[in-house]
Amino acid sequence: MSVIYILWLREMKRYLRSRVQIVASLGQPILYLIVLGFGLGPVFQRAGNGNYLQFVSPGVIGMTVLFSSIFSGLGLLWDRQFGFLKETLVAPVPRLQIMIGRTLGGATVAVVQGLLVTIVCVIAGFRPVHLATVPLALCFMLLIATVFAGLGVAVGSSLQDMQGFQLIMNFLVMPIYFLSGAMFPLSGQGWALKIATRIDPLSYGIDGMRSMLLGSSTFSPVTDIVVLACAGAVLLVVGAYRFSKIEI
Amino acid sequence: MIRAQNLVKTFDTFTAVDDVSFEVAEGEIFAFLGPNGAGKTTTIRMLTTLLNPTSGSIELDGLNPVSNQNEARRRFGIVFQDPSLDGDLTAWENMEIHGVLYHVPHKARHQRIEALMKQFELWDRRKDQVKKFSGGMKRRLEIARGFLHTPKILFLDEPTLGLDPQSRNQLWTHVKKVNETEKTTVFLTTHYMDEADRVAHRVGVIDHGKLVAVGTPAELKEKTKTESLEEAFLALTGSSIRDESAGSADQMRQFAKMWSGGKR
Repeated sequence: MSVIYILWLREMKRYLRSRVQIVASLGQPILYLIVLGFGLGPVFQRAGNGNYLQFVSPGVIGMTVLFSSIFSGLGLLWDRQFGFLKETLVAPVPRLQIMIGRTLGGATVAVVQGLLVTIVCVIAGFRPVHLATVPLALCFMLLIATVFAGLGVAVGSSLQDMQGFQLIMNFLVMPIYFLSGAMFPLSGQGWALKIATRIDPLSYGIDGMRSMLLGSSTFSPVTDIVVLACAGAVLLVVGAYRFSKIEI
Repeated sequence: MIRAQNLVKTFDTFTAVDDVSFEVAEGEIFAFLGPNGAGKTTTIRMLTTLLNPTSGSIELDGLNPVSNQNEARRRFGIVFQDPSLDGDLTAWENMEIHGVLYHVPHKARHQRIEALMKQFELWDRRKDQVKKFSGGMKRRLEIARGFLHTPKILFLDEPTLGLDPQSRNQLWTHVKKVNETEKTTVFLTTHYMDEADRVAHRVGVIDHGKLVAVGTPAELKEKTKTESLEEAFLALTGSSIRDESAGSADQMRQFAKMWSGGKR
């Protein structure tokens, strides 16, 4: 337990010490929120879909949690480059504990970032429909963070250096975000896009948050939870396996 | 304390370590010398559970590190060739994490961190982030950290690379002191022959994966009829320049490159 705790604590300390990064990482969600929320808002309204800022806010929160948790897994690459990974991997501790500590730390940071963006959304004019279900939206944030922290570790353990980073960004992270329905309703698309959006685990996370914050959703909340829990379990197992195979 | 018997490590067709046997006694400082790519780092990696030998056996304090990995890991400390500190954390936090990873109990941990940091002249800077440290201070911190869990053996892989003579001198003074007071066995590699001559009780010279000589620095000088360990080293290993990229990691990378069609 103490091993998991100390590695979790390390992630927290690193996060809290990187104030510039915290601010910088809020830049992108805010940009999306303002540009899309206010830019596309009138078109969305005219199409009879209601207030776009309301609609896109859960998407932007989900995006923040996605980016933050995947990057925490990719932080492995930094630790590899700067050598700290070796220090942990040569210790007389099961690798699983090391992986769990890091992943929990990354997931916690992702949820904190999500909460910060939630506050920004509220300032911009976002209002949850039911206050009672807001804590449940937090649970969905946690689930999203777990799923993608697992994916981040799996990818981070499989890459040798930072060169693959751009590749991951363009062919994994951005598609996950764009296909998740964070910015558009998941209905009325052609079959190809429909399949793609249904494969994306983030679709269910954002859908779950929408049903908790706005009271409307594409899937049922139970489906959302089941899919996210399964995806999280699979990705964590894959992540743990890949992590156990790292050579130093 | 350390016993290697007929140790062999091959990477595909390349034999990095070829039938190496040696013993290091408790409390001894043993320097492992060799040109670049001779098999030093591969040997250290096998001794420290990071690589399994192709054949041959290893014993660390009576334990087999291949079958009894975690028990063996508790018994040694290692300072890698490249730094392995977290620059965003303070010196004290780096020590603390190490102590927890090696299961040092809370109270003993804090006492030992304080004692070691004072001894290695780092106590005043304990609250500073490591990224603000000089190269010599980082190295001292790593070595102090290596001693934290009171290991029976400390492995030092080129610990003085890139340091100025003052820092090197100071570093070895500290290492020798702990070696004398705690009877920690030290297994080191270095390229600085004067250091090996001054610090090590015994020296092993490896070349092309084979152990070519073992003995005290005086014995090696006598055997090769030379004045300094540097000359003895050149007499034993020849003076031709070696291919720098023949390290084990590079070897593996080369094969990976071959298999993936150079995409890596």
